[in-house]
Amino acid sequence: MTPFFFFILAGFAVFCAISLVSQTHPIASALSLVGVMGALAVLYLQLGAEFLAAAQMIVYAGAIMVLFVFVIMLLNAGAEQEARRVSRLARFVGMFMMAALLGIISFTIQGQFPNMGSVTFGAWVGGTAQEVGMLLFTTYLLPFEITSILILIAIVGAIVLARREV
Amino acid sequence: MDFIIISLIKTAIVAFVLLTGLAYLQWIERKVLAHIQIRVGPYRVGPHGLLQPLADVIKLITKEGFVPSHVHKLFYFMAPWLAVTLALIPIAVLPFGPLIEVFGHKTFMELTDLRIGVLFVLAVSSVGVYGVALAGWASNNKYSLLGGLRSSAQMISYELPLALAIAAPLLLVNTLSFREIVNAQDGYWLGFIPRWNAIPECVGFIVFLVASFAETNRVPFDLPEAENELVAGFHVEYGSMKFASFFMAEYANMITVACVGTLLFLGGWTPLFPAPYSNAVPVLLLAATGLVLLIAGSAPARKMDKYTFPVVGVISLGLALIFAVSFLVPVVQTILMALFWFTAKVLAILFVFIWIRGTLPRFRYDQLMRFAWTILFPIAMLNLLVTALAVALTSK
Repeated sequence: MTPFFFFILAGFAVFCAISLVSQTHPIASALSLVGVMGALAVLYLQLGAEFLAAAQMIVYAGAIMVLFVFVIMLLNAGAEQEARRVSRLARFVGMFMMAALLGIISFTIQGQFPNMGSVTFGAWVGGTAQEVGMLLFTTYLLPFEITSILILIAIVGAIVLARREV
Repeated sequence: MDFIIISLIKTAIVAFVLLTGLAYLQWIERKVLAHIQIRVGPYRVGPHGLLQPLADVIKLITKEGFVPSHVHKLFYFMAPWLAVTLALIPIAVLPFGPLIEVFGHKTFMELTDLRIGVLFVLAVSSVGVYGVALAGWASNNKYSLLGGLRSSAQMISYELPLALAIAAPLLLVNTLSFREIVNAQDGYWLGFIPRWNAIPECVGFIVFLVASFAETNRVPFDLPEAENELVAGFHVEYGSMKFASFFMAEYANMITVACVGTLLFLGGWTPLFPAPYSNAVPVLLLAATGLVLLIAGSAPARKMDKYTFPVVGVISLGLALIFAVSFLVPVVQTILMALFWFTAKVLAILFVFIWIRGTLPRFRYDQLMRFAWTILFPIAMLNLLVTALAVALTSK
């Protein structure tokens, strides 16, 4: 049953990702990205990372992408014209180059970690909110705090830049 | 196999009750608002307008689904679908009662018990803003676009105090599962004060209520659909079932928020008094209502009271009898008592929603935003910090 769901969700994620790139309208692209994030969240859930799945939905799909859509609506960006024609040869060769790149990446991973085994769904149970919280506030406390300060600096910077003309 | 059959039965019951509840919540709202404003409200269709929701549904379904020519077709149709789907989903993780045993099958009175139930509801409701935002944008109309933009900004802003207000009771109960949250609130301080989170977390509860008015786009924060500024706001270009979908979504969101508030702050289905006394409450309440109505019906002040009062009175007495008989069958009593207390609390919160709508005028947009960021957010943050400190000091 689980591999069945995996292929449905993975297919949906890939479909949304292709749609994200190929759509001409910014709102359609943004919504495709939400679709990718939703599919990824359910995949995390299947792998046992339930807190990560919820955080993905709340933070990425629910907050960041809403802001993206919000900005696109405010700017009232229309469908974009195809800027310049890409040659058919480039598209053709590009596909093979893409396949070659993916091949090299998977070859390297296989070579570096030969006995990784395959992913088993539902076998791992370390993704509950309690365990993520314990890890964040003990083992990874320093990176967590540094990230918080980084985001704080970014917020302050955004306000300074936005208020410059006052 | 058992699991599938039981789940199907539960889903059918929950879906039926939820959808009927949606329709009748609207009737309740119109009636309560009418009486607040000294009117009678819906009165023509059925006794006291009781069939009005049915008439509204038939009207909305059979209406011509007109599509304006200037809309973005795909998103125009997607928006109401998204809004209503995302509004109906959270009910799947909300529990209504304890573990029960029916005909030898043990089951929980809810559809699923997620370990991250609270996060799930937050996640779904945070995605729910797309329905409104898309509707406003896809209609290609300046009023609806402004409504959609207002709604997105408002929902993003009020999600923060809402999440912080929800986080405080979670610190007290130390779990994210709704079932365990309610179980942690079972019992009484000093033998008679219920251990509900609303008592130590009264500030959090008020912040939660205020933020949920804004999240559900209700008065006094119904800026997205302010009639006198924006015609009808984000749904100005929608008609027939597409308009009804937004309407359903709004009421479904209200019910969800009321259920979440009940579960997190008011102890879910745990009774107000210790069990031996609380079991008699519905019987006494319904019997008293029935008797009063029968006596009032015998000397009617208006013409129709001669018929309506005795009918409602007999129904109340019948319900009282059902609750009284349930004392003999413990299983039925468990179910009925859980449902009675849960429904009572949810209806109380919903009544506050309607009451506020009948009382307060609408905020101005800048007031709304300033209120969220300079008053509500700091209060919620402070409340969370104080709660965290108290929990840290009291735990060993």
